[in-house]
Amino acid sequence: MANEQIIHSLLIIAVCAVVTFALRGAPFLIFGGKRGTPAFVSWLGKVLPYAVMGMLVVYCLKDVSFLSAPFGLPELAACAVVVLLHVWKRNSLLSIGVGTVFYMAIVAFI
Amino acid sequence: MQKENNTFKKSVKAAFISSIPIMAGYIMLGMGFGILLSEQNYGPLWALLMSVTMYAGSMQYVAVDLLASGATLINTAIMTVMVNARHLFYGISMIDKYRGAGKKKFYMIFGLTDENYSLLCDAKVPDGADKHTYGFFVTLFDHFYWITGCVLGAVIGTVLPFEFKGVEFVLTALFVAIFTEQWLSTKDHVPAMIGAGSTALCLVIFGSENFLIPSMLAITLAFMVLRFVRKEKKTDGE
Repeated sequence: MANEQIIHSLLIIAVCAVVTFALRGAPFLIFGGKRGTPAFVSWLGKVLPYAVMGMLVVYCLKDVSFLSAPFGLPELAACAVVVLLHVWKRNSLLSIGVGTVFYMAIVAFI
Repeated sequence: MQKENNTFKKSVKAAFISSIPIMAGYIMLGMGFGILLSEQNYGPLWALLMSVTMYAGSMQYVAVDLLASGATLINTAIMTVMVNARHLFYGISMIDKYRGAGKKKFYMIFGLTDENYSLLCDAKVPDGADKHTYGFFVTLFDHFYWITGCVLGAVIGTVLPFEFKGVEFVLTALFVAIFTEQWLSTKDHVPAMIGAGSTALCLVIFGSENFLIPSMLAITLAFMVLRFVRKEKKTDGE
């Protein structure tokens, strides 16, 4: 690798790292001061975890094709296993572990 | 002194147990990243540097393309904002929860990945543990798994053995389990439906490459409406 490419690569990594950290830190910097958090932001902070988890579930399934075989069935079935097991036992490690092994078993057969 | 020591041990132990599902997911996803990176002739040292300083799953995958194509720094910054804007939401929910974490706070904010956020956002801390010590170690253990995976992938540099196919589903399972747990622990399901519904709608409208920022805007807007409507109702009732 040429020196110039090494330097440019290091700069790209630095920009990614700094911008990522800035995004993670911005709310603390803007609203986290001693003056306290504005009421709407504080309320948003309480309801967002519920919304974000819904967002992340959809985000994880974004590349699943529901219009062509196998129509996302392995993913949907495995998600159903996680939900049902969790409602039954309320044990995160168990639901996640069994759901994942179940998914691995299905894709191994397809 | 003895009691303090006990609390510390309990917090670290609880953090380790919570981090177990992420161990499997991060090592596998990290290896996937390391392999892609090494295919572009960036070796283990690069994987180490990136996983230590960035600590961001999908963004590191995108960064491989940026490095390979020699992207400009402006484009790199824009791409990072597009992919990681969702972290703004995480900060907003953690402002009050991370209050009083002292020196640990800086690292906990740096390490606010999807997975760490999911484990820490409901702030339920196991019995006898200190919440900030617990949060710090969850972040640290997960960072360690991520670095291990990334470097390992770059060292091995070949495709994963067949038997592990599908193990990355562990992170999806994690989010589904937490979603379910949250659903069971509250009577108010509107926020969860707003999150999943807006995101699904935006995915259909904007496609899988560009739906995250529209989803965040839709969620924020929906919450503004929800707050307004609930305030009106309250005033009516009085």
